[in-house]
Amino acid sequence: MDLSLSVLITIALAPLVGALLAGLFGRVIGRVGSHCVTILGVGIACALSIHVLWQLVSGDAKNFNQDVYTWFQAGNLHVSVGFMVDRLTAMMMVVVTFVSLLVHVYTIGYMADDPGYQRFFSYISLFTFSMLMLVMSNNFMQLFFGWEAVGLVSYLLIGFWYKKPTAIYANLKAFVVNRVGDFGFLLGIAAVLYFLNTLDYATAFDSAGALTGRAITVVGGHAWPAATVIGVLLFIGAMGKSAQVPLHVWLPDSMEGPTPISALIHAATMVTAGIFMVARMSPLFEMSEGALSFILVIGATTALFTGLIGIVQNDIKRVIAYSTLSQLGYMTVALGVSAYSGAVFHLMTHAFFKALLFLGAGSVIIGMHHEQDMRYMGGLRKYMPVTWITMWIGSLALAGTPFFAGFYSKDAIIEAVGESHRWGAGYAYFCVMAGVFVTSLYSFRLLYMTFHGAERFTVVGHHGHGHAAHGHAAVVGGQSIHSDPGHDAHGHDAADEHKEDSHHTPGELEHAPSESPWVVTVPLILLAIPSLLIGFFTVGPMLYGGWFGKAIHVEEQNNVLGELARDFHGATAAALHGFIQLPFLLALAGFIVATVIYLFKPALADSIKRALHPIWRVLDKKYWVDEVYFAIFAKGGVKLGRAFWRGGDAAVIDGVLIDGSASLVERIASGGRRLQSGFLYHYAFAMILGLILLLGGYWLVGQG
Amino acid sequence: MSNHLLSLLIWLPILGAVPVLLAGGQRPNAARWISLLVAVATFAASLALVHVYDPSTGTMQVGENLNWIASVGIHYSLAVDGISVALIALTSFTTILVIVGAWEVIAVRTHQYMAAMLVLEGLMVGVFCATDALLFYVFFEAMLIPMFIIIGIWGGPRRVYATLKFFIYTFFGSIFMLVGLIYLYSKAHTFDIATLAHLPLSMTEQSWLFFAFLLGFAIKVPMVPVHTWLPDAHVEAPTGGSVVLAAVMLKIGGYGFLRFSLPIVPDASEHFAPLVIVLSLIAVVYIGYVALAQEDMKKLVAYSSIAHMGFVTLGIFIAFMLVREHNNVQAAHLGMQGAMIQMISHGFISGAMFTCIGVLYDRMHTRQIKDYGGVINVMPWFGLFYVLFAMANSGLPGTSGFVGEFMVILAAFQANPWIALFAAFTLIIGAAYTLWMVKRVLWGEVTNHHVAEMKDINARETFVLAAFAAAVLLFGIWPQPLVHLMDASVGQLVQKLAYSKV
Repeated sequence: MDLSLSVLITIALAPLVGALLAGLFGRVIGRVGSHCVTILGVGIACALSIHVLWQLVSGDAKNFNQDVYTWFQAGNLHVSVGFMVDRLTAMMMVVVTFVSLLVHVYTIGYMADDPGYQRFFSYISLFTFSMLMLVMSNNFMQLFFGWEAVGLVSYLLIGFWYKKPTAIYANLKAFVVNRVGDFGFLLGIAAVLYFLNTLDYATAFDSAGALTGRAITVVGGHAWPAATVIGVLLFIGAMGKSAQVPLHVWLPDSMEGPTPISALIHAATMVTAGIFMVARMSPLFEMSEGALSFILVIGATTALFTGLIGIVQNDIKRVIAYSTLSQLGYMTVALGVSAYSGAVFHLMTHAFFKALLFLGAGSVIIGMHHEQDMRYMGGLRKYMPVTWITMWIGSLALAGTPFFAGFYSKDAIIEAVGESHRWGAGYAYFCVMAGVFVTSLYSFRLLYMTFHGAERFTVVGHHGHGHAAHGHAAVVGGQSIHSDPGHDAHGHDAADEHKEDSHHTPGELEHAPSESPWVVTVPLILLAIPSLLIGFFTVGPMLYGGWFGKAIHVEEQNNVLGELARDFHGATAAALHGFIQLPFLLALAGFIVATVIYLFKPALADSIKRALHPIWRVLDKKYWVDEVYFAIFAKGGVKLGRAFWRGGDAAVIDGVLIDGSASLVERIASGGRRLQSGFLYHYAFAMILGLILLLGGYWLVGQG
Repeated sequence: MSNHLLSLLIWLPILGAVPVLLAGGQRPNAARWISLLVAVATFAASLALVHVYDPSTGTMQVGENLNWIASVGIHYSLAVDGISVALIALTSFTTILVIVGAWEVIAVRTHQYMAAMLVLEGLMVGVFCATDALLFYVFFEAMLIPMFIIIGIWGGPRRVYATLKFFIYTFFGSIFMLVGLIYLYSKAHTFDIATLAHLPLSMTEQSWLFFAFLLGFAIKVPMVPVHTWLPDAHVEAPTGGSVVLAAVMLKIGGYGFLRFSLPIVPDASEHFAPLVIVLSLIAVVYIGYVALAQEDMKKLVAYSSIAHMGFVTLGIFIAFMLVREHNNVQAAHLGMQGAMIQMISHGFISGAMFTCIGVLYDRMHTRQIKDYGGVINVMPWFGLFYVLFAMANSGLPGTSGFVGEFMVILAAFQANPWIALFAAFTLIIGAAYTLWMVKRVLWGEVTNHHVAEMKDINARETFVLAAFAAAVLLFGIWPQPLVHLMDASVGQLVQKLAYSKV
């Protein structure tokens, strides 16, 4: 039985209906009504997505590609809204709807006392709709629609607590930085239309060969190959959405949003849209070595250098945010060596374990009554056992421990880079290899600082009748869930001491930490299972078995995964072999270093920090990228605007041209007025003068 | 009936203004209801026009022709193509919303305000369906009078400066146009635009005429550097005046290029297309930066209008380049269609943005961004609309603001990637200035007790904003009906581009 259009439409629209109901009628249907309709919508989408994936995997259904309606027809150019569903799409649909469903459930607990409860459910359902439109699209226009729509929802969600100055700064920044990427992306789409005469995926991919030999003259007679131009421009879009250096700056700030969306949008799904897009466009990217090398270098830089920042962060969410940047870099590196399946595979495993880590962090934050600074945690394992265990599973997966999901995907990427001979592969190999140590170090540092060692907080007992009434008491680090969001306006980063809330003493809690309710822990458990197992069961077919079929196209000479496939003898053998490989040893080294410093000798951390102060400062300041951007683009832009306005519009155009000509007319007129003096002898003199001039002139001309 | 439909659309609102005036200042409610009735009837007539019009051919239709001043061959001749139909529908749609929007807000001389709006509507419809150049000119000039009155009587404190600037600026431009038209008459002995389109003209003649038209229409659009009247006019105009100005009157500039420059002086238009293209790109980039620096919301949106109208002139003149230099008719079609869509869409979005600012102004009596902050706390429903229109203004896909810009950028790339690059800069700068305003006005804590006392939008305001929102979303999600209405006409225009007179 083939896939049916109505099922696909239902998948896309069910979350939208939920979002509209909860958003527009939230007050009517109430809190329970809102979370019921949205969960129902996403639940339907998830169930049907699994069904679709099953149909495709079992071989019952062929790939689907059909237009739904004509968006516009201008002359001969036909642009539609439609769906293309193959295994790549279906896998993304399942990941998106599954994580979204769990995040919806989790939100019931996390946002329980937030006044914007209905609005939050509306947004995350709207996000799910947008993301589905993005992945299910069969053309570039709709891709761009989904691309920007997820950006819009991200904007709304980062600024969800709209009273927080840091949140509304972060969401503006996120949107504008993403727009820089979209600027390139849109030009890339224009280039696709120019060279391939279509915006339809299937037609464009089929005619990708036509790019060979075509070029575009951009600067001073230098011709660039068409495929490279298209590839680089499209990838600039991915750099924005998937937060690659140098457009990565918005993602850490996006942590100002509530934690559930950090898990859903800023870890599992939206930020991977760029990775998905490049994989989807593999027939185009395969045409250009140059574009792929560009991707490779950008990805490698992101993988290592953002990971390093993660080591010095103290805010639990920010550690995970930098980890996400770094892992996105790994995926990008995989794209750069034509290991598209490897990138998508890592995307999938990462979606599970990173969503798990974020939701786990959220659970910690609930347990710690909105404390996000790990320096005031420690020893939480006995208070929050489920969170503790599941976070360990997620971190082991992230660090690439053999048999865990992350091992298979990350190891494949590293080996693929090793196989590749593409320009930049040597640098990338160093970056991803060093990144393994870094990943392991910050992951275990997070676990030890949070769950192990001595408790660095005190329970002071509560006064009044519960913290919910004390908005101010429940604040630091920019995160607040039970309190009035207006009061948590102080945290940009809990590490910035001067920003701390004067009402709150760090490390003092009114209640002892406690395990989160089941709506929070059940999603953790349900994410821990795939984090542990999904790699083991899917690595064979997905990476080495041609599972994606024609959805991903790799030229024969670029097929590094094909090379690796020859040495692959099953998931167990691969994991056992992994124990004696360099990546594992590096991860082990990271684990040991973290254990020594953060579990056994906490004092060592400070002395190392002092010894390596210059390096620490570079990392703590995130290489000063934010400061430089702010000075040049934000402040500089406004200054330039003022200069244009006052200098161009006000001074030159209005001052000289408009008011200038007005006053010129006035001066001429007043001069003319003086001529009309009313004295007869003035007029008589003027007449005589005129006569002399006239006659004199006539005489002169006549002489000539 | 249908053969006088266009006359009905012009004269119904103009004559409808008479009973509104007669209702007098003592009975403002009667004036309000009569004008609403007239506006709704006109809108219904424009829907009838959409229905009667056959979009498959794209030719001039539903025509009327009467001798007006027979001695000099001036005709009262009207006809429409798909582009005119769309603009007429936009005009009558906007007028309803302006009248509802002004309902209680205009408390002084209500009847005169309503009457002026109706007269303005009729004259603007006249501009969009005149096929005689002089008749066009009469409507084009006459339209200034009610707008002059609207700003001059119901405007802000500097309204005299603004009205004078507005009037002299636009009048200055149109005088040159008139000279051009008289020259054409002296050669062709007719003002019939279709005949003038076939009049052979040398390159020199075309060049002079081109600049005569350019001055007339560039000021109207407005294009850089003749745009400085617009921010002043907007700032001083009452909300309804701003809405009509932005939503409809600016379009008349773009429309003029289509009806005059394009068919009558095609070779000069091609020759000077690079000039117009560069000015359009300056509008996008330079004006974008200027908008970023604005502290007055109305000025900000006024500058944003100039930047967005840059896409209209860009789309029209890029088409010349594409047809003549690249022989790329398909891309030219796309660019031209994009310009048309942008005109209609900008009508909705700018109208909505100015309505939003009017809603705030009615409560706070200030347009300074710094006087606001945290409005979302007290006006959540207003916030919903404000964010929607801000996103549309930033060209978010799914809103109508995206469609035209998307088309123009795609087409521009085919002419020259650099043009597309500068045009696409709107993605960044447009988002920056619009959302920064949103951040300062809407988000954050309530900044002062004036904001704290603000009440959310009432039913009347909700109706106006919801109507704009419906249009913005409908044509963003499904632009095909609008594209289809105009597509054959756009195709015809593009074919004419290839026709050389020298």
